Amino acid sequence: MELFWFIIVAIVLTVFFILDGYDFGVGIIHLFMAKEEKDKEVITKSAGLFWDSNEVWLVVAGGLLFMAFPVYYASVFSGFYLPLMMVLWLIIFRAIGLEFRSQFSHQMWRDIWDKSFGVSSLLLALFFGMALGNIIRGVNLGGVENGISKYEGHYFFLPLWDASFSPLAESPGVIDWFTIIIGFISVVVLAIHGANWIILKTNASINPKLKTTILKLNSVLVALTLISLVVWQWINPNCFDNFMDKPYLLIFPLIYILGIVGLFFVRKFDKDIYGFICSTALVFGGVTSSLASIFPVILPSTNTVNDSLTIYNTATTEYGMSVAMGWGIIGFILLFVYLVVQKRLMGGKVDKMDYGH
Amino acid sequence: MEDMLFYDRLQFAFTITFHYIFPQLTMGLSLIIVFYKGLYLRNKLEKYNDAAKFFMKIFAINFTMGVVTGIPMEFQFGTNWAKFSELTGGIIGQTLAMEGMFSFFLESSFLALFIFGEKLMGQKLHFLTGFLVFLGSWASGWFILATNAWMQHPVGYEILENGVFVLTSFSELFTNPWLLPAFLHNQVASVVTSSFVVASIGAFYILSKRDVEFGKLFLKTGVIFGLVSSMLIAFPTGDLNAKNVAKYQPAAFAAMEGIFETEHAGAEIVLIGQPNMVEKKLDNKIAVPNVLSFLTYQDWDRQIVGMDQFKEEELPDNIPALYYAYHMMVGLGTIFIGVMSLAAFLLWRKKLFVTKKILWLIMFLVPFPYIANITGWYVAELGRQPYLVYGLLKTSEGISPTVSSGNTLFTLLGFAGLYLILGALFLLLVGKTIYQGPKHQTH
Repeated sequence: MELFWFIIVAIVLTVFFILDGYDFGVGIIHLFMAKEEKDKEVITKSAGLFWDSNEVWLVVAGGLLFMAFPVYYASVFSGFYLPLMMVLWLIIFRAIGLEFRSQFSHQMWRDIWDKSFGVSSLLLALFFGMALGNIIRGVNLGGVENGISKYEGHYFFLPLWDASFSPLAESPGVIDWFTIIIGFISVVVLAIHGANWIILKTNASINPKLKTTILKLNSVLVALTLISLVVWQWINPNCFDNFMDKPYLLIFPLIYILGIVGLFFVRKFDKDIYGFICSTALVFGGVTSSLASIFPVILPSTNTVNDSLTIYNTATTEYGMSVAMGWGIIGFILLFVYLVVQKRLMGGKVDKMDYGH
Repeated sequence: MEDMLFYDRLQFAFTITFHYIFPQLTMGLSLIIVFYKGLYLRNKLEKYNDAAKFFMKIFAINFTMGVVTGIPMEFQFGTNWAKFSELTGGIIGQTLAMEGMFSFFLESSFLALFIFGEKLMGQKLHFLTGFLVFLGSWASGWFILATNAWMQHPVGYEILENGVFVLTSFSELFTNPWLLPAFLHNQVASVVTSSFVVASIGAFYILSKRDVEFGKLFLKTGVIFGLVSSMLIAFPTGDLNAKNVAKYQPAAFAAMEGIFETEHAGAEIVLIGQPNMVEKKLDNKIAVPNVLSFLTYQDWDRQIVGMDQFKEEELPDNIPALYYAYHMMVGLGTIFIGVMSLAAFLLWRKKLFVTKKILWLIMFLVPFPYIANITGWYVAELGRQPYLVYGLLKTSEGISPTVSSGNTLFTLLGFAGLYLILGALFLLLVGKTIYQGPKHQTH
């Protein structure tokens, strides 16, 4: 039952990264590449039509995590207090940037909200990447100092950074040079993903240029991925054990690699959707590989005093999880029905759709 | 520790107060939008469609604000109330996760379709998407009230040795006797807010002699919806809630009614007075004898337990605030019934649109249903103190053990600044939408 709910939460979270991920990516591309008002308008529209239903996947992932793994929810949300609050603020700036830009046609008004959307999307991509980095690196559970826990074993509190910025510190912070690398990977992956979304959904004049950008970013991504693997191996020599023991888990990194390889052919695709499928594979493979590498642990402990958090020691009761399975399955089917209905009705390019107030 | 509790509570109170400005309008307004859209389907009069689309614009601005200020609420369960989440997540996690699955998705997926898809879908499907948005927003209210009802009156649970609350009966979460009256009261109250908003915009157009046709339509709709809802708010929904509080939270009941001493031969109802916590009495009291006993038990002489019968630690920790919140809510509710009855009478006599005094009054009353809604929630939340889960888990035991007060103050200040900007933008955009007017709605 724990496994069932872990898989469900992991799916919802991955879908969130795939869907809202393209919104973040669109924001990044918008910030650096969109120059003409016509492009800016249609690019914001390609995210503006979808962000709020995409963001609901995050809300639902949070709700399901709360229900099925309350100990984990309590521990992680209080432990990552500061970065989570900043994510909330960024989410607010992202949303109002998208929603409010079209309210007035004054240039300054639009510039403000374009920047608000772009910068917060960039930072959100970075923060979510760093969050993933933190989860696989682990935290100082129990706040251990000199072998003694300051808190109960499943609680911790992470400062934004430790003076050494090292992932090997006794109490590493949210930002260290390992999580920064993962954060950059996330920014690059989502920028590629967003660029593919723009190509798929709009007739923006920068679309041909975006394919070149995707190629360049893809090369950067290969380099960053290799660096991260070497660094990761150095920080945690056992980090690939899960894949050795259960070779079927290799499917996840394989999907990631296929995504990268596919994207090198972005210029040869005869349909725009192929590029988007490749970058979806990137996001999917990246998130799932990270989770698979530590499973069944969901938050490793960096000390030897307190045990890592796993899906088994943080779950609620069998009754709670099984009764939720009943409504969960119905709800889950509905989610995908809505998603399909929405994407079908709003399929095609967004340029001609009425947007704005 | 004291500091941590104080800032955690302050941050939650501040963010939820600001958040609840928006859903109370969207829930009620979605009903009125569906009503206009339904009229349009029947009569094919373009003005009803324009009215529906005009209020959809106002709805959309409120919806965005509701979404972005709502996510911090969900997060705060984990960030600031970690111990509470750890102990009760197995129960309230159910209702909160269901809210996401069954209402947020419905609302957000179909809102985009309602706003952008009219030409794409045809009128019947367009009505249907509007209806689904309404359904989603009311379902959201249902799940939130189910969560709150469990905290007010816990059912279907068992407490393990380590203090963890575990669910023993899923169905009891939704048959909780607290839930239905609270839900109906809350939803009707949101209809009151949106009726006043609709009526007030109507009054504005009539008084400023522009879009008068729409002004009359809005005013009429607002007054009719407003009259019905403000009566329902008092009876039966308000009445049922008060009886629930008297039954399940007698200490809170005594405090909100301002009953310091138990009166054996029937309790008076306090209309005005200031709680004096030093001398344990009401200053400058105006009260009507025996009425409270009658209202609560339909018996003029029934005894109502006063605050003197409870131990200090069982009483709410801020009695004056609870008392004022309750009296403001009830007082405002009474004023709403009065004003709406008068307006409905004038409407019937065909004098409403020319009686300027009442138009001005309706226009300026618009903030007060918001205040009544929010003070109503204060009554529920302050009345539950000093507990998070009534009688079982103290508020002080629910906070995050590792988040220091300095960090909470930092984020509280951040929210304060951010919400100031949001509030200003919100007023600007709603004002602009009203100023542009409902004529010739595009998309």
